[in-house]
Amino acid sequence: MAGGGRGFNGVSPVEKVVRYTLLVFVLVITIGPFLWQLSTSLKGIGEDVYTQTPSFIPQQPTLGNYAEVTETIPVWAYAGNSLFVAFIVVAGNAVGATLAGFALAKLRFRGSKPALGLFLATLVLPGEVTIISQYVIVRGLGFADSLVGVALPGALQMLNVLLMRTAFLSIPKDIDSAAIIDGATVWQRLVHIGLPNVRGMLSVVVIFSFIYAWDDFLWPLIVLTDPDKYTLTVGLQYLNGTFTSNPRLIAAGTMIAFLPIVAVFAVLQRFFFKGVEAGAIKG
Amino acid sequence: MTHKRWFTPWVLIAPAAVWLVVFSALPAVNTVILSFTDAKPLGGGGFVGLDNYTRMLDDRQLVDALVNSIVYMAVCLPLLTFLPLLLAVLVEKRLRGITFFRIAFYTPVIASAVVVGLIWGWLLDDRGLVNGMAERLGFLSGPLPFLTDRWLLLFSAISLTVWKGLGYYMVIYMSALGNVNRELHEAAAVDGAGRVRRFVSVTVPGVRNTMLLISVLIAVFGLRVFSELYILSNGTGGPGGRDMSLVMLIQMYGQGLTGQLGYASALSVLLFVVTVGPMLVLMRLNRKGA
Repeated sequence: MAGGGRGFNGVSPVEKVVRYTLLVFVLVITIGPFLWQLSTSLKGIGEDVYTQTPSFIPQQPTLGNYAEVTETIPVWAYAGNSLFVAFIVVAGNAVGATLAGFALAKLRFRGSKPALGLFLATLVLPGEVTIISQYVIVRGLGFADSLVGVALPGALQMLNVLLMRTAFLSIPKDIDSAAIIDGATVWQRLVHIGLPNVRGMLSVVVIFSFIYAWDDFLWPLIVLTDPDKYTLTVGLQYLNGTFTSNPRLIAAGTMIAFLPIVAVFAVLQRFFFKGVEAGAIKG
Repeated sequence: MTHKRWFTPWVLIAPAAVWLVVFSALPAVNTVILSFTDAKPLGGGGFVGLDNYTRMLDDRQLVDALVNSIVYMAVCLPLLTFLPLLLAVLVEKRLRGITFFRIAFYTPVIASAVVVGLIWGWLLDDRGLVNGMAERLGFLSGPLPFLTDRWLLLFSAISLTVWKGLGYYMVIYMSALGNVNRELHEAAAVDGAGRVRRFVSVTVPGVRNTMLLISVLIAVFGLRVFSELYILSNGTGGPGGRDMSLVMLIQMYGQGLTGQLGYASALSVLLFVVTVGPMLVLMRLNRKGA
C-alpha cells in the first residue's frame, strides 16, 4: 500500500477526504427530506412555503403548526392509539417468541420437527395474501373497528419465533447440560441460562416489533372505520386527504409520527448494529 | 429427557401455535375457499365456481397493476442490488462519526411509509421544492406533474421505494461484508490491485449469495407494494386509477361494507401464486446461509 508500513485498516488523508465527502453527500440525500419537512413544520403562516427561492431555515420559526394540527385532528389521541397497539405487539412478541423459541431450540419432544416446519412454512406467505381473511376472522372474534383488532394478528409473529430459536441454539450445550444435571427446572434454565444469553436478539425483536406496529398502515386502514380509533399513520392519511392542503400542518403531523420512532431507534440501535457487524442479521 | 413433564414444551409453544393457526393457517385456507364464493361482509357467500378468476381476465386495472409491478421490479432490481452494496463499503471503515452516518442512512427504513410518502408528496408537489428548484435553475419552464401523471407518479413511487430501501439492504450487505475474506483483500492489495479492481474481483464475488438473496427480496417487494402508491396518489390510484398495485386492489375490493370479499380473495390467491416461487428460492438461499 502507498505509504508503506500502514496496516490494511489505515486510511490515507486523501481517502479520508473522499470518504467523508461521499458520506456527507449520501447524508444529504437520506436526511435532507426529513429536515426539509421539519423546516416546513416550523414556518409561520406569513412565510411563503411555495416560493421558488425557499429558505431552509424558517424565517419566522413557530410551534403554532403543532398546536393547530392537534386542533384539526386529535393527533395526541392517535399517538396514544398507536402506542397502545405497539405496546401489545411488543409485549406479545417478546414473551411469546421467547417461550416458543426456547422450546423449539432447547427442549427435545415428539412433534418438534413438524412444529418447526410449520413455523418455517408461514414465511413463504406474504402477509398481504391473508389480510382479507384475517379481517374476516378478527371481525368474527368481535374485534372489528377496535385497537385490539389492530394489534392482534401481529402480536406474535412467526419470524420472531424463529429468530429467538436461532439465538437460543447458539448457547453452548455444555452450560445447559450442567444445569440439567444440577436438577434445574425448565423455567430456571430459561430464566437463568437462556435469557441472559439472548438479550441481543431479544432487543432486535423488541425494536422491530415496535417499528412494525408504529409504522403499519395497510392493516389498521382495513380494520378501523371510526376516526376516533385511528392510529397515527391512518390519521395522517385522513388529515392529508380530508382536512387540509396546508403543507405546514401536514409537516407538523408527520414530525409527530416520525420523531418517537427515531428516539426509540437511537436509544436501542447499538444492539442492532452489533448484531449486524457480527454477521447475525440477514434481513 | 430434558424436562420432566411431557406437556411442558407444548405449554411454551401454545401461544405461538394458536397464533399460527388462527392468523396464518386458517386465513390461508379461508382465502382459497372465499375465492370461489361471492362473499360480502354482510351475507352472500354462495359458491360461484371460477367466476372470480375469469373476472380477472377482463379486469383492466389488474393488467395495469401487474404492469406497474413489472416496471417496479425492472427499475428497483438493479438500483437496490448495487447502490446499497456501495453504501455498505462506504460505512465499513470505522472512521470517526461512522455510527452517526450508519444510523442516518438507516433512518428512512424505520420511518413509516406514510410519513415518507407525505414528505415526498410535499417535495414533489407542483409547487414543492423539486419543481421549484428545477424551475429556478432553469431546467424547467413549468412544474412536472410528478403526482398527477400516470407514469411520473409510478416513477415517483419507485424512487421513494429505492430511497427508503437503500439503508435496509445496506445493513444486509454490512452483515455479509463481515464474512468476506480479509486476507484475499490484503493479498489483492499487495499485488497492486486498485480499489475498483478489488471491489469487482474480491468484494462482489464475496457477497454474491447475498446479492441473489436481495434481488429475490426486491422482486417479491415489487409485487407487494402498497403504501407508497396509496399515499402519493392520496388513495385514488392515480389518474384513472391506473397507478394501482395488486395489494391496492385487494384492499379496495376487500374493505368496507360493500366489499367484494370473494374477488379480493381471488386476487390474494393470485398474489400468492406470483410470489411463492421467489419466496421458496429465498428460503433456500437463507438456509444455505447466504
